[in-house]
This record gives sequence, C-alpha cells and structure tokens, in this order.
Amino acid sequence: MNALLLVALALLPATGFAAWFWGRTGRNPSGLAAAGVVAASVFGGLPAIYVLLGGELMPWRFPWPVPGGEFHLETDALTAWFLVPLFLLSACAAVYGAGFWRNGIATRRLGNAWLFYCLLVFAMMLVLLARNALLFLFAWELMALSSFFLVVFEQERATVRRPGWIYLGLSQAGAAFLFALLLILGHKANSMDFTHWAWRGVDSPVLAGVLFALAVLGFGAKAGFVPLHIWLPEAHPAAPSHVSALMSGVLIKTGIYGLIRTLTFLGEPAAWWGGTLLGIGLLTAIFGVTFALAQHDLKRLLAYSSVENIGLMAAGLGLGLLGWCLGEPVVGVLGLAAALLHAFNHTLFKGLLFLGAGSVLHATGSRQFEDLGGLLKPLPWTGALFGLGAVALCGLPPLNGFLSELLLMLTAFGSVLSPENPLAVAGLLTVAVLALVSGLAVATFSKAFGVTFLGEPRKPTTTPQENTGTMRAAMCILAAACVAVGFFGFMLVTPLQRVVAVLSPQFPKLFPASPSPLVWVSGAGVALLVLVAGLAVWRKTLLARRTVDATVTWDCGYARPHPRMQYTASSFAQPLTALFRALLRNRVRLSPPTGILPTAARLATEAPDLCAERLARPLFARLTTRLARWRWLQHGNVQLYVLYIALTLLALLLWKLR
Amino acid sequence: MGWIEFILVLVVLTNLKLLASSRLGASIRVVARQGLILGALPLLAHQDALSLQHVALAAGSGVIKGGVFPWLLFRAVREAELTREVEPYVGYLTSLLAGVGALGAAFWMGTRLPVPVEVVSRWLVPVAMFSILSGLFLIISRKRALNQVLGFLVLENGVFTFGAGVLVETPQLVEVGVLLDVFVGVFVMGIIIFHINREFDHIDTDQLSALKD
Amino acid sequence: MNLLSLIPPVLALILSPLLLGVINRVKARFAGRRGPPLLQVYYDLAKLLRKGAVYSRTTTWVFRAGPVVGLAAVLTALCLMPLGGVPALWKFPGDFILLTGLLGLMRFAMVGAALDTGSSFEGMGASREVWISALAEPALLVALATLARQAQELSLTRICAALSEQHWLHTGPVLALVVVALGLVLLAENARIPVDDPNTHLELTMIHEVMVLDHGGPDFAFILYGAALKLWLFAALVTGMVIPAGSLSPWPNLVAGLGGVFLVAIGVGVVESVMARLRLLIVPQLLVGAGALAATAFLLGLK
Repeated sequence: MNALLLVALALLPATGFAAWFWGRTGRNPSGLAAAGVVAASVFGGLPAIYVLLGGELMPWRFPWPVPGGEFHLETDALTAWFLVPLFLLSACAAVYGAGFWRNGIATRRLGNAWLFYCLLVFAMMLVLLARNALLFLFAWELMALSSFFLVVFEQERATVRRPGWIYLGLSQAGAAFLFALLLILGHKANSMDFTHWAWRGVDSPVLAGVLFALAVLGFGAKAGFVPLHIWLPEAHPAAPSHVSALMSGVLIKTGIYGLIRTLTFLGEPAAWWGGTLLGIGLLTAIFGVTFALAQHDLKRLLAYSSVENIGLMAAGLGLGLLGWCLGEPVVGVLGLAAALLHAFNHTLFKGLLFLGAGSVLHATGSRQFEDLGGLLKPLPWTGALFGLGAVALCGLPPLNGFLSELLLMLTAFGSVLSPENPLAVAGLLTVAVLALVSGLAVATFSKAFGVTFLGEPRKPTTTPQENTGTMRAAMCILAAACVAVGFFGFMLVTPLQRVVAVLSPQFPKLFPASPSPLVWVSGAGVALLVLVAGLAVWRKTLLARRTVDATVTWDCGYARPHPRMQYTASSFAQPLTALFRALLRNRVRLSPPTGILPTAARLATEAPDLCAERLARPLFARLTTRLARWRWLQHGNVQLYVLYIALTLLALLLWKLR
Repeated sequence: MGWIEFILVLVVLTNLKLLASSRLGASIRVVARQGLILGALPLLAHQDALSLQHVALAAGSGVIKGGVFPWLLFRAVREAELTREVEPYVGYLTSLLAGVGALGAAFWMGTRLPVPVEVVSRWLVPVAMFSILSGLFLIISRKRALNQVLGFLVLENGVFTFGAGVLVETPQLVEVGVLLDVFVGVFVMGIIIFHINREFDHIDTDQLSALKD
Repeated sequence: MNLLSLIPPVLALILSPLLLGVINRVKARFAGRRGPPLLQVYYDLAKLLRKGAVYSRTTTWVFRAGPVVGLAAVLTALCLMPLGGVPALWKFPGDFILLTGLLGLMRFAMVGAALDTGSSFEGMGASREVWISALAEPALLVALATLARQAQELSLTRICAALSEQHWLHTGPVLALVVVALGLVLLAENARIPVDDPNTHLELTMIHEVMVLDHGGPDFAFILYGAALKLWLFAALVTGMVIPAGSLSPWPNLVAGLGGVFLVAIGVGVVESVMARLRLLIVPQLLVGAGALAATAFLLGLK
C-alpha cells in the first residue's frame, strides 16, 4: 500500500515534466497528462481508502539535507479523509481538462499548464502527507506557486493578471503567518517533526492562544475566511474552469485541514477559540451567500458560494470546539464530523458545478447571467448535472449536501439542549444563521440554475455545442459520487469515527448511537425516489389517454412576447438583495423612464466586494503611500542589490558572533 | 408561572413591537398600553400585604402613563402636524434584531448582576434591563423628538418595573419621584415640540444640530 | 413499527383537501355567503386528474418534474409528522431537519418549474417564493429549537410527547410565543393572508398562484394536493405543540389531534377574514418578527 502512495507521489511530477516536454515537441500533451493524473489518483486513492477502512500505514522517513528538514510522510485517517476527495476531483478535473484544452491553444503553453497542474496536485498531496514543518512549508509554497501559474494561464488578458497578483499576495501573506506558527512550535519542541508536537500541548495558554490566532490567519487566508476571502471571487473566475474546480474543491480545503492539524498540536482548546471560529464561520457564511446571490457572473457566484461553504465548515468546527470546552463532548464530535463531512461533500458538488460552468462558458462564450438562458435544450447533460449539483449544494435531500447540513444542524441543536446557557445561545444563533444561509443558498442556486438553463435564451447566439463524451463522463462521476454519498452516507460513519480520533482519543466512542440519523435519511431518500417514480408513472398513464398540446407560455394576452422580457437574474434576486443592502452596498445606476412617452431607460447594478472595497483598497493605498518614501532603495541596479545582500549577511554574521 | 411573569412577557413584547413599529400613532398607543400593564405590577408584587400606598402608585402610574401621556403626545402630533412615519436612522428589521440581541444581553447581565434585595420573579431584572436598553436604543436610533420622548418613557418603565418588583418598601417613594420627573419632562417636551415646530417647520433633531454654534 | 403510526399519514392523505374546504367555508360565513361545498377541493382534484394538459414549447422536463418531485417530497415528509400524541412513522434525532429539507426540495422543484416557462410573471412569483421562504425558515427552526430545549428532545414525536400540561403551567408564555411564531410561519409557508392571497386574480399580486400559472391537468392536481398536504403538516405541527400528548391514551390523542388540525384551519379562515393582506415590503418584518418571538421565547426559557 505504501508503495502505491510512493508511486503516485513520483508519477505526478513525472507526468508533469513529460507533458511539458511533449508540449515543447509540438504535440498536444492533454491526453498524456490526464492519463498520468488518473493513474496517480488511482494509485494514491487506494491506500487512502485502505487507511479509512481501518488499515495502518507505516510512516516513512527519508533524510533531506536541509537543517531540521526530513522527508517524513505519514497517512493517518485525517490525511486520508482529505486525500480521497483530492484524488477523485483531480482525476475528474484532469479528464475534463483534457477535453477542455483540446485544440486551439499552443501546445507549448498547454505543456506548461499541465506541468503546473500536476505539480499542484503533487503539492496538495504533499501538504496532506507531510509530517515535517519544513517539508510542509515547502509543499505549501509549491501549492501556492503552481496554482498561481494556473490562474494566470490566460495571461494575455489584463483581467486575469490582476486576480493572479491578488491571489499570490494574499497567499504569501498567509504563508508568513504559517512560518511564524510553525517556527514557534518548532522552537518550543526543539524539533521540526510533527510527531514530536502532537499531544504535547503548549504550556502557556497565552502562547497557545497566539498560535491559534496565527493558524486562523494563515490557514484562513487559504480557506477564504472573511475578510481574507477577497482572492477567491477574483481568482476563481480568472482560472480555467477545471482549475477553478480543483482550487475551490480541494485547495481551499487544505486551509481547513491545516487548522484541524494545528489543533492537535495545541493541546486542550480554550472556549474563546471555539467562539472566535464560530463567529468567523457564521459571518463568512452569511457574507458569502449574500454576495453570491448578488453576482451577475456564474463563476463569481460559485466562488462566493465556496466562501459560504468554508464558513459553514468553520462554524461547525468552532461550535464543536465550544461544546468540547463547555462540557458537551458530543457536540464537539458532531461539530468536527460535520465540518469534515461538509469538506468532503463540498469537493464533490462544487467540483461538479465548476465543471458545469466551464461547459456553459465553452458553449456560449459568456458567464454573464443576462446573456444566458434556455441552455437545458442544447446542453441536456450539462444542464441536468448542474441542476443535480445545485440541489446537492443547497443541502436538499436526498443528495450528499443534506447529510452535512443535517450534521451541522444536529451540532447546533445538540448545543441548544445544553444546560450551559452560553453554549445554548451560541447554538440558537447557529440554528438561525444556518437556516437563513440555507434559504439564501436555495435562492442563489435556483437563480444560477434557473436563469442559465431554463426559459429562453436571452441573447441569440449560434447554437451552443454540448461538451464531448469524456468531459461529460468526468462530470457524471462527480454527480454519481454526490448521489452515492447521499444514499450511502451512513457508511461514512465508521471512517469519520477514525478521523475524529485524531483530535481526541475519546471522540469515536461519543459518536451518536446507531441507527444513526444518517440511516434514516438514506431510507427516506429511497422512499422519496420510489414516490417520485410512482407519481411519474401515474402521471404518464393519466396523460396517455388524453390530449396533450404544446403552445406558448401564458403571456397574459400580450401579442409580442420576447425573450428579453423574461425575469432577469438581478430582478430575481432583487427582493433579497434589497433586504441585505446594508451588507451588500450594491451600486445601482438608474436612468428611469421619464415623460409621457418614455424612451430609453437603463438600470445597472453591481455588487463589488465590501471587504475589497472598504478594507483592502484603503489599506493598500495607505501602505503604498507610506512605502513610497523607501523607493530610493530600489534602483534596479543589480550591483546595488548584491551590496544589500552582502551587507545583510555581514550584519547577521556580526550579530551572531557578537 | 403566575401573572407577574405574564406581565413581564407582555412588557418584552411591547418593547419589541415598539422597535419594529413604523407608525407614530401606533408607537404612542403601545407605550400607553405598556404603562397600563405595568400599573398592575405593584399590586401583584405586594398582593400579600397590599397597602394604600401601592394602590395609589398603581392607579397613579396607570392613569398618567396610560391616559395623560398619550393624550399629551397625540396632541403634540396633531398640533405639530407630524407625518405618521417614525423616520428611523436604523431600519425596523435591524432594530428588531438588535432588540433580540439586547434581550439576550439583558438576560446575561440579569444573571450576573448582584441584586441585594429580593425580587418577585427571576425575569424581573432582565426585563427591567431590557426596557432600559430598548429605551436607550429608541432614543439613539430615531430622528423625531417625539420618538425620543417615547424612548425616554420606555426607559422609565424599565426603572419602574424594577422598583415595583422589589419586595422592599423604600423604593416606592423613589418611584413616585421618578414618575413626577417624567411627567414634567413629557409635559415640557410636548410644549417644546410644539414651539420648535412653529419656529422651524419641522422637529427633526438632526437638524437641531445646526444650532450648535 | 407501530401500526397506530400508519393512521396519521393515512388521515392526512384523505382529509387534507378538507382543510382547504373548511378555510373557504369559514371565510364565506364571515362574508355572509354560503360558500362552496366543503368537499369542493376533492371535486377540483377529481376534475383535474381527468383532464389533459397543455405545455408551453419553452418548457423542458424540469417543468414536468416540478409537481411530481414536489408532491413526492411532501408525501415523504408526512411520515415524519406525528399527529397529536400518535408517534410518527419515522422518528430519529433531527427528523425535523429532514422535514425542512424535504419542504426545501419541494420549493426548489416548484421554483425550477416556474422558471422553466420563461414567463416574467412566474419568474416574479419564484423570486418572491424564495425570498419569503428564506426568511420563514430561520423563524421555523428557531421555534423548533425553543421547543427542543423545553422538551430536551430532538425528534418531533418525542418533543410532542414530552410537552405536557406541566410545561404549559410552568412555562406557558414560552410555549405560547412559540405557537404564535409557528402560526405566522404556517401562514407564510402556505401562501395565506396576510402574506399571500390565494384568491387574488391579478398576476402581479400573486406569489404562490403565479408560479403555477402554466400548470394544468394532473400536474396542477399534484400541486393542489401537495399544497393541501403541506398545510396539514404545519397544522399538525402547531397542534402537536399544544396538545399534552403524554397524558392521554392513543385514541383520544388521535381525536384531539384531528380536532386540533381542523381548529387550526378554522383559525386560518378567521385570520383571512379579518385581516387585509400586508404590503409586500412589510412581509419581512412579519417573518423576522416571528423569529424574534421565537428567540424571545428561547431566552425566557433559559434556566
């Protein structure tokens, strides 16, 4: 088993460099690269599943000629839980990408892109496996860089370069916090090895609090906690769709993984950690879903929805920590399990939705809702699969999204029953926010699905083409996974028990007694399917004997209806965006119809990111003016830079030998 | 769970209604009703040892808050020819949610606050606190001077709730004094609103700030 | 499985259209009219099931799936709802979350079907539907959280069983507030006055009705029946909170439950007769108010 994982680890960069070389020689490397990624995913996925089913893998250690560094890799249940969706989505996105990047693009650039794709998967795998701080940081940086190069794949467009820089900047800022976190931990334990950190705890509660804050900032920048989320709605639309799928599906989850892993180093948590994380989570969820609702761009909408889902995971984790500290360990287990399951599910449906958005973009050339409409007829597969993903994302039964929603709600209701009043009130707040967020998610995704795929095309274009068979297959696999998890979710309980043991050995025993609610939910899902089938057959038999006519939609007697008269995405969302205008601050430019015989009138709305506009922009503007006075240091003269380096080295040497 | 709790719940509900209410007339009526309801509190709190003093306090506060104040305020509305909208700085929904938040805070403080005297119900201190917070919130978040009078009344009702629910004799006197203060306050405000309106054609307090220098 | 538990769903299947008849009869009495027969909805359903259908050329399978999925979801939800003190067919911790999920699925299916017509009327109805339900759901779940805390239980059946007259004696105001909040949610979720007017004839003022403008024949029968069942579900929920189920034996319980459901219907009829429909902009205040009431009840119920 271990060997398989090693093969996967070696195969990924090998595939990447082969694709790069292939591209240089003028051949399209897509097929080769996709095959390599799929093979690596199978090789890597098997050991991960083996661990989740209860197997044990020996850790490896290879020497690494870096002080304090060691090639120490280990697959425990927590790692495996994140590895499985990583491999599933990487393989599907690669197959999809092979169709997406088929022709029309220079092979040399495709080679580069596939190299970075393989390196990104490799880096994410290494992040999850690494048990040495230096190795972890190396993988973390590799992950940031390779994804940056993928985001700026279409670098000739200025709209792509700017998001790329925002992403890189925030990534590096987050990584700085992680350097601080890991170096302090390493200094305390006098070792860079994770196994020496785990279960020890940090003796001073103040230091533990500081480390927790560093972890929230560092990992939160990757995961997309508000207000560190501003790179997501920029980078996701800029990247090619299957890369967005990978980034939204897996990359941001490494932030959640890192946070949970860090918790194992810090010992007993404090109640305020839970409270803070819960607050951040709830805020992020509301913020994400409200902005998702107000978007006019399909991929930006999906990106904001990822922010929302990350918020839900953080809220589950935070409420769990709070419950754990306030004497309700069952709440602790449920919260952790809910966050983990939601991370797993989100990979599946968000991956599916981004691939669907890619197909829409491919077929119509637009991501703007006001250009789309009626795509279900030309794109039956994409439409149906996107609809399925939307139902899953809204947390509706019988699909997988509902299971994690159920666990999250059970966490909240479990804390509502607690005799501890603060926990009960936190639980109530969570219940209210979760309910609101799920209601808004239904609004958001009925808009995304309805406006894109239903009704009539708003802009007459050439007939859109359905995507190719392999791309469709990749989406089908993800959709099937959504359905399978929805119906067989109870089978994930045992693996989840193994995963929660990572945080506290008493946790697995506290899991809700069987038959767990998940079994009931699966039963209800089957009943629902049977009823749907029964009613559909009944309807068919009823209609078989009668006349069924086709005509126009009820138009209230109006003689010349036109597709442009359909309810638009903005008008669909308007009641809710008006309700949340204090948060959204959407700009409305209106030139209303005037006079008795009105002529042209215009209405344009836009919802720029509140944090980017009110927080990041003023902050960086001030920073720029402050730093301008140091500009004289930067001459562009190489000799001068060498002088700086030499001076620094000399100063350090003198300081050390003092 | 007796009548006292019932009254306290009604006080909470009237406060919430006041926070969400968009109509001036409705707001005045709600405050009047709150005053009437609270009039019964001293009677219920001291039903074992009812004295003339309690009956007088109940009757006095009931008549003044339920009858005289609304009459004065409605007169001010009529004389000043105010529109019927409340004109808030903070929207009604936000006010309502803030009210629920304040209720939570009041309950938290109510459990933490050391009360040296015996009270009639464990809800008494939180509800009194909530009335005070709602009154303050109304004063801060509404533009109209008349609404600020209402907020002031709610605040006083909070103080009254606390005074009437304490099972010790002395606060009665304090309560009578406070009632008198408020009475004078409302009376003066009524006249001032009328006169400001005559001078300036509006009674928005935010425009009064133009007089500051 | 308890055979007795089969009775509530069966009763709901048979009697739910009668609820609409009762509401209409109460409204007619208030207006001094004789009103349609109590069984009118049954006649309507029978007539619709015998009809053919007309579909818009714009529509796809989503339009046809809407009523089927919606009805199937609400039928599944029936199995989760106890009646009076009679336990539900399925009961497990968090079953009410599945209930809200199923109602959400019903809504998603109906909204999808409405948008599939490409009509701006139906788009408007769909938009208002998601708007109202997004605000009704927090109120519903906060109310349920309050009840769960009072009963210290996490399934509908057990909550209903645990809430006894003792609760009403000791924390009466708490439960009363929750019942009021649930009543408001009932009115909003079932498109009744003061949120929506089921009798309006102008497309621009409709919410639920305008979403189903293009449905006809068996499809519309499914929608009508589904709406009746949804009303029954909420009425049974409110009833379950009021009836002290623990102290009665099964059969009186069942009778009390049935009586409660019809009393709720009469209450809805009275509300519709004496109230005007609210301005659309006021609806959020009503629903947030319902949530605020439930949250107040929760805070009052804290120890």
